[in-house]
Amino acid sequence: MADDALLLGHRNSEWTGHGPNLEQDIAISNIALDQIGQARNFYQYAALQFNENRNAYAPLLQSPAFRQVSGSIDEDNLAYLRNANEFKNHLLVELNRGDWAFTIVRQFFISAYQQLLYTDLQKGTNKQLAAIAEKSLKELSYHVRWSGEWVIRLGDGTEESNRRIINAVDQLWPYTGELFLPADFQQMAAEQGILTDPASYRQNWLEKIQEAFAQAGLPIPSNNWWQKGGKQGIHTEHLGYLLAEMQYLQRSYPGSVW
Amino acid sequence: MEKNGTIQLETIFQDRIDQEIRIEPKDWMPDKYRQTLIRQISQHAHSEIVGMLPEGNWITRAPSLKRKATLIAKVQDEAGHGLYLYSAAETLGISRAEMINQLHSGKAKYSSIFNYPTLTWADIGAIGWLVDGAAIMNQVPLCRTSYGPYARAMVRICKEESFHQRQGFEILLTLSRGTDAQKAMCQDAINRWWWPSVMMFGPSDEASPHTAQSMRWKIKRFTNDELRQKFVDICAEQVKILEMHLPDPDLKWNEKRGHYDFGPINWDEFWQVIGGNGPCNKERLAARIKAHEDGAWVREAASAFAAKQQQKQKAAVA
Repeated sequence: MADDALLLGHRNSEWTGHGPNLEQDIAISNIALDQIGQARNFYQYAALQFNENRNAYAPLLQSPAFRQVSGSIDEDNLAYLRNANEFKNHLLVELNRGDWAFTIVRQFFISAYQQLLYTDLQKGTNKQLAAIAEKSLKELSYHVRWSGEWVIRLGDGTEESNRRIINAVDQLWPYTGELFLPADFQQMAAEQGILTDPASYRQNWLEKIQEAFAQAGLPIPSNNWWQKGGKQGIHTEHLGYLLAEMQYLQRSYPGSVW
Repeated sequence: MEKNGTIQLETIFQDRIDQEIRIEPKDWMPDKYRQTLIRQISQHAHSEIVGMLPEGNWITRAPSLKRKATLIAKVQDEAGHGLYLYSAAETLGISRAEMINQLHSGKAKYSSIFNYPTLTWADIGAIGWLVDGAAIMNQVPLCRTSYGPYARAMVRICKEESFHQRQGFEILLTLSRGTDAQKAMCQDAINRWWWPSVMMFGPSDEASPHTAQSMRWKIKRFTNDELRQKFVDICAEQVKILEMHLPDPDLKWNEKRGHYDFGPINWDEFWQVIGGNGPCNKERLAARIKAHEDGAWVREAASAFAAKQQQKQKAAVA
């Protein structure tokens, strides 16, 4: 959840200073900030778990990323020292920024998913995660509304915007299936009552997408072959470049305080 | 008759200025006052927008999650400042689109400081401390400028700018307490940003053609050289906290003047950068034009959609 939030926040922040107008530059930067904030909350909690249960997480803490950390692990170690194969995000969030249509459609797909996920998490057995989810949900309702309105605007705008959004949907659709295919860690979370199986969100998610697409005059793609692997650490080629850029200072000057 | 009328209006106008009564959009004002303000406010707005680029350059490489979030928020604040300032200029009878065209065609200027590159993370600190510091020095008096909408926009902007300045200083402070490599990075950034920041106050008073009239109209409250001196005095003290130095061998406290003396400014460089020969002039403008052109289809789609919605509403009412 933290990796998803961080990487999409990072991608959205690539728009800061380059948005289609000032108002939307501000809006997408806001969403990037919310996502990085969510990532920090999750990473901080994860770091706390690792530090308090070092034995239970021994195999993970033996990874080259964490062996160089003296003392306890913090949010930045998790974000800046892991290699691509240690990231467990959905492939959807790591894809390049693309044009405004691509950014909008991706945001709508992921926000609609995160809204369901966090609603579920909020009801789960882990109090800390439930609290993070509750806080994030306020932001999510804005993300879903904002991106959903843009989907409709681009779908029902000009010929060019319609062509671009259809193209974006075609490119992104194969990456949506992974959202609902549970990984090992999600199954474990389900067993502990932290979350339900994400496959159970798919119907609600699809209804939300269909509703917006109907207003936008967009067809739902029929392709049901899913690109997957992110949650197992097998990523697209894009993630390596993203991390090389994002992690460059931490890796060039190990052990420094910033 | 008409000439006498204008003279009378000008007298009333100057009286109001002298009594510190704010000029508001619907008040009569001399054309030259209006033009000066449009030039100054739009130039200021453009500076905010172009200024997003050198700092935005480090968003994807910020060294920690906290720094990344703070930097995004800062650059986003600048977009907000650009918005208020464009709105303030619009009250004088020019549209945002027209101002943006003037920026892109090169007719309107923006602060030359943003034509310098951000080469390391320490530059983000140096920009906050020095560039925002110089900007605040220029801008605080503008909170009392004679034109109401501009003064009110500046109140809000100055609050955020001083927050940015503290953040920048804190970035440098952290580096200055860090490893040798970080200290070197910090000093290097100060070396590169110091003189361009000193130049941000504009040409010296004898070479500043607009100063006298702008002071009379209370658009400006202090001369360029007065503000520059104040800036040097403050930075010369603050740099000691960083245990760094300013790259000026002539910098020395002058007991008699009660100010720091400083070395000669390279005005040739200043005019070259203003004239388009700075290291990043072409890139900055190209990046703005590209964002605008790439966004054209998005803005068109939004207007087309809004027009369709309006028609639907009309049809529903009918």
